[in-house]
Amino acid sequence: MIETKHVSKVYKMGELDLEVIKDLNISIGSGEFIAIVGPSGSGKSTVLNILGGLDIPTSGEVIVDSINITELGTTALALFRGEKIGFIFQSFNLIPVLSVYENIEYPLIMIQHLPSQEREKRVLEVLKEVDMLDQKEKYPDQISGGQKQRVAIARALVTNPKIVFADEPTANLDSKTAHRIIELMHKIKQDYNTTFVFATHDEKIVSSAERLITLVDGQITEDKKVTL
Amino acid sequence: MKNIIKIAFRNLKRSSRRTLLTAALITIGVIFVLVYSALSSSFKAYMVGEITDSMMGHIQIHKKGYIASVDNLPLDKNLNSKQIDKVLELLDNNPYVESYTFRIKLGGMFSNYVSSTNIRLNAIDPETERKTLPLFETRIQESEPHLLKEGEMLIPELLAKGMNVKKGDTAVLVVNNQQGSVNGLNLLVAGIVEPISGPGGRDGYFHIEDAKKILRITEAEVSEIVIRIKDVSKLQAAMKSMQSLALIKNQKEKPVFEIHAWTKLSPFYNIIKMLNLMDISIKIILISIVLISILNVMIMSVYERIKEIGTIAAMGTPPSTIVKLFLTEGFMLGVFGAIVGSIISFIIVKVIDMIGISFAFGRQSELVLHPSLAMSDILSVSIIVIIIALIASISPAFKAAKLNPVDALRQN
Repeated sequence: MIETKHVSKVYKMGELDLEVIKDLNISIGSGEFIAIVGPSGSGKSTVLNILGGLDIPTSGEVIVDSINITELGTTALALFRGEKIGFIFQSFNLIPVLSVYENIEYPLIMIQHLPSQEREKRVLEVLKEVDMLDQKEKYPDQISGGQKQRVAIARALVTNPKIVFADEPTANLDSKTAHRIIELMHKIKQDYNTTFVFATHDEKIVSSAERLITLVDGQITEDKKVTL
Repeated sequence: MKNIIKIAFRNLKRSSRRTLLTAALITIGVIFVLVYSALSSSFKAYMVGEITDSMMGHIQIHKKGYIASVDNLPLDKNLNSKQIDKVLELLDNNPYVESYTFRIKLGGMFSNYVSSTNIRLNAIDPETERKTLPLFETRIQESEPHLLKEGEMLIPELLAKGMNVKKGDTAVLVVNNQQGSVNGLNLLVAGIVEPISGPGGRDGYFHIEDAKKILRITEAEVSEIVIRIKDVSKLQAAMKSMQSLALIKNQKEKPVFEIHAWTKLSPFYNIIKMLNLMDISIKIILISIVLISILNVMIMSVYERIKEIGTIAAMGTPPSTIVKLFLTEGFMLGVFGAIVGSIISFIIVKVIDMIGISFAFGRQSELVLHPSLAMSDILSVSIIVIIIALIASISPAFKAAKLNPVDALRQN
């Protein structure tokens, strides 16, 4: 499903070239639950961004669903993300002027341009899935952190993405809520065969992951399957 | 598009105080322009109406060279009967012409039997003068229904005051004819004419038949032919339709006639041009207000929402949709300012219209202005505001669309 070939990422820091990802070769199949771990500055978020088509590698290729996304232009890449990828952010990143329902509906309107009946069906479905149906009229500033992350998950899932990338999704949540969110994502993975890729420090996610990729200084030092 | 409008509206509502301040600024600018525009165009229309409908007409035809020496009121530059026939041939079949009148203009001495002074005179045919200059009568104090009969004259207000002459008095008019002989005529003062700005605004009037007698004219002879056209907005077309006269040449191959629109004859037209220039200047100020305020708001809006823009871009929102979102916000600010500004301006102008503004212009005093707001002004100002609002939003909108999602998401 995802394959990277000799991917590297170099940032220019004045005169200096800083290579944050070095010769990255990963292959990710569908329905995997992967945690990318490593110390701060090891390049976890950069890998996630490159795999999700948010960032472009300096060299190498990223092939997602047989599409070489490194060759896509800005608009095509945006449409690709809207079609195939879901993102969950550490600080939820909900749109404050939209209600819970409208936040989830947003990608269906603005990106996938679905008819209203289809949109309503899908939004209500994911709202039920994340147990937020009774909160759908509320605005982001009227719900808790855990609820916001549920909404963010619902928004990421509503487009039926093949892969969901989550960058530290539990970092802003208390332990109990974090557990519930991880359980929820596991359930979704099982129900819909959605691939989840996390960049995380959180032990709870690490312990629930089926595959662990360890990054150190932009290089994979360990890539192992975990039997739960 | 409906959803873009919904999100744009909510984004504007999010910073309601800033949105209201910006919209208020645009509204004030629109009010300023529209009220000024209503006052200036009403003033222009009033003054132009006064000049063309009570003194000058829309177009005047003279013998070539008359206007250059109009200060001397030369009798030797009058149109003769043959030339008059030529002009009539054209005017009687011209679709633009509503009516016309003949005048003999001359200078003379006015005496109240005690003292005398010089006077500029227009010898007129009251019936055709009334048709061609419908407001002429309004300038005459205590005017008679017949306007002017043979043996009567209308004298300018300043002269009447200076020489202590009243309506009903008798006065003597003394003039030189073209051959140089001096002739006099006793006339009854039938009315006092109020002054008006521009050349001829302080002239006296008497009957054209009396002028023929005093000047000992046997054949038809006129100094000017004053024309009223049916539609003032077609002045240029009417002028064009009369250009064939200007091409007629005499035996010496020199033009016989000269044709002038009132715009060329009245110095007030220069004031109109100045007012039009001020209109443009005020519109430029409005454009600057809208441009700067919306640009400022939109730039602030982009900086405040960088993370949000990063989020929607990450989710797959194409750059063109992000551009549309910001353009819509600017558009809505412009539309709001234009609508509210137009409504308030309409109310203000209505109130001024009901009260009326008294003003003096030149020697004319106690003029009352009743301004009105033309729909074309409302539309043109609104369209300018909306277009400028859109232009002001272009740069911030593209800035937002070009943001790198990764960099944008890193912002706090």
